[in-house]
Amino acid sequence: MSSPAIHTAPLVRIAKRDGIALWKSCLIRLAAVFLALVLSGLFIYSLTKLNPVDVYKAMYDGAFGTSRRTWITVREVMTLLCIAIGLAPAFKMRFWNIGAEGQVLIGGIVTAGMMIHLGNTMSTPLLLLVMGVASLAAGAVWGLIPALFKARWNTNETLFTLMLNYVAIQLTSYCVSLWENPYGSNVVGQINQQTRSGWFPELFGISCGLNVLLVLVLTVGMYIYLRYSKQGYEIAVLGESVNTARYAGIKPSKVIIRTMILSGAICGLAGFIAVAGADHTISVDTAGGRGFTAIIVAWIAKFNTFVMLLISLLLVFLQQGAIEIATQFGLNDFAANVITGIILFCIIGSEFFINYRLIPRSGKEAKGA
Amino acid sequence: MKKLLALLLSLTMVFGMVACGSKTDAPSGDTAQEPGTTENAGDSTGETTGMSPEEIQVGVILLHDENSAYDMAHIEGIKTACTELGIPEENVTYKMNIPEDATCYDMAADLADAGCDIIFSDSYGHQTHMMQAAAEFPDTIFVACTGDQAAVSGMSNVKNIFPYTYESRYVSGVVAGMKLKELLDNGEVTEAKVGYVGAFPYAEVVSGYTAFLLGIQSIVPEATMEVQYTNTWFGLTEEAEAANVLMDRGAVIISQHADSTGAPSAVQAAWEAGKPVYSVGYNIDMQAAAPDAALTSAQNVWSVLYKHTLETFLAGEEIPADFACGYADGAQSISALGKNCAEGTQEAVDAAWAGLKDGSLHVFDTSKFTVGGETVTTSTFDLSIVDFVTGNVIYEGDTVECIKDGHFEESVHRAAPYFSLRIDGITELNAQ
Repeated sequence: MSSPAIHTAPLVRIAKRDGIALWKSCLIRLAAVFLALVLSGLFIYSLTKLNPVDVYKAMYDGAFGTSRRTWITVREVMTLLCIAIGLAPAFKMRFWNIGAEGQVLIGGIVTAGMMIHLGNTMSTPLLLLVMGVASLAAGAVWGLIPALFKARWNTNETLFTLMLNYVAIQLTSYCVSLWENPYGSNVVGQINQQTRSGWFPELFGISCGLNVLLVLVLTVGMYIYLRYSKQGYEIAVLGESVNTARYAGIKPSKVIIRTMILSGAICGLAGFIAVAGADHTISVDTAGGRGFTAIIVAWIAKFNTFVMLLISLLLVFLQQGAIEIATQFGLNDFAANVITGIILFCIIGSEFFINYRLIPRSGKEAKGA
Repeated sequence: MKKLLALLLSLTMVFGMVACGSKTDAPSGDTAQEPGTTENAGDSTGETTGMSPEEIQVGVILLHDENSAYDMAHIEGIKTACTELGIPEENVTYKMNIPEDATCYDMAADLADAGCDIIFSDSYGHQTHMMQAAAEFPDTIFVACTGDQAAVSGMSNVKNIFPYTYESRYVSGVVAGMKLKELLDNGEVTEAKVGYVGAFPYAEVVSGYTAFLLGIQSIVPEATMEVQYTNTWFGLTEEAEAANVLMDRGAVIISQHADSTGAPSAVQAAWEAGKPVYSVGYNIDMQAAAPDAALTSAQNVWSVLYKHTLETFLAGEEIPADFACGYADGAQSISALGKNCAEGTQEAVDAAWAGLKDGSLHVFDTSKFTVGGETVTTSTFDLSIVDFVTGNVIYEGDTVECIKDGHFEESVHRAAPYFSLRIDGITELNAQ
């Protein structure tokens, strides 16, 4: 018995699935989340000896414990979702737009600048309109730059958009030192703190009503655009294969430029929502890494904007919960990051089981081999 | 490049202004003073009746967590104050890692929702967001540490506290001066030059480094100082780099108004390379980072301010809009003297503290410094809060005369420092 002479089937074989029923894929994902919660629970217990159920309860309390907390969660979901919606067409086209962070900041700078300089000179609805349009334009320009270079010289858009983030961050810190109050403090503070000129007004009695309205319109709009419009189809084809697109008479450079203008513009609008609709100030942390988090949101949801809503909710829930567990149990941000990491790992890992199936070596299979 | 960007930006704004065209009336000035929400309107926090330590609920909003020396000083301050006053630990709720944006308002309002009677925030940038919450919860006290708008805002539930940091700066300057004198006397250095790593050209920083140099000059009158700004409150590499620049230019003692150990570490490295250079830190004892080079650190004792504020609140008395105190009340100290401090340093330090305590010594004594070669006889300060970008006055305040009885009165007209004279002997290397 020095070496086995006969081939035996491996213990488990992996085969690609042709397709999967919706309920099955949902079940796999649910199982992944459940597994993640168990793993995180083990992690929490082994390190801190805290009851994981209490910790989860505190997280829920942090995100939805009071009506104020619920609306904060909703507002944060909307900002993250808006960025993800902006990224969706670019990534569906396989244009690696890592530059959302910068596009959000540029939209935010323009908004803050207008709030400061035009605040109190016109009515808030008009100012909001002007700021909204300007942030769309600013984001569009920030998205257009790498698209032009890609279309014309085939530059690497991943590096290009990433580098533009740093340009935007530097530009923001320049503006902060331009607008800081008082001089030298490096803090802009609340803009128009007394007059609230250019702040989102309450809508339907909800402080973040306008945030919700804007982003939900975008959610539905982008869903229809990607799924049912001709341009959405062109994006899908280009994403699958550039050559196929060319063969079908689609001009890649045109689609790239058009899509990146759209992508950048929506990210710019997210900057407007973040500044005028939530922060009422500007700093280099205005985007706060959400430009990168939104990439995960868009990918996990496979560019389905309604699924993105759920993923955004999950991530914001974890983030808001993190503040609460820090307060209640003294677990700092890093603990929350580990939990977020475990959950994302399990969800992304579950995609494997949705795309592939495992075939254990059963008696029948073994004979077949 | 920066100019080009500014131009582009302003063009965008001009475009926005032209494109819009129509102009409507500016909204009336004071919309911020909103009536309280109904849940809180009837609730009395007992401002006149007082409260027992078991009853009070305290909220604390922190920019970072216990890993930051600055925030740790505040956490310790609150904990000490509560222990001394008998406020149970579970009555204090901390919100950590709260940035200076809407999150601060959210958390302040959340703490008020949860029934906190008094809420503290520890960073300057929290202030305006705290005030937004204060307008919504008129029965809750909001204390913005290091803030400057409480008195002029007209909001009776907004307060500012700030220690006399310039006192510990001055005394740490005395320690540095003793060392400098020793180095000059034994010929190790020929030029009495020191350096200062500043975060931003901000009044708090200016006040601090001026006090530091005046402390040195009380021992070595001919000493001069160069200031290098890092444009960040916490930056290991930036602060180390700034310290290196200053040492290359001949500074032998480096102090700092920046929160990292970057500068002391750089000075320690230079010391090990054989240079006679020493470091004076801030907030935390720097001897771990620079065992040979660290002389001492200027320190605030926040617990004294927290205790005074909470005590006043518990007694049911009106908390002053501005509260500041110094060594006389125990709110200032310097860390243990390093092993390479000059002989006689402790005596000089004790003498300086004693002078500050009995009022015979004033840090900003006008006979001890000049501005443009002249002795300062008058210096006015406008307490108004002005939007520096647009020039709009946010809160109207009085203009006060700061020179009184031969010295500049720092942290008297309001808690936050406002000394921003640039005295002779100090060169800002990279002011904007």
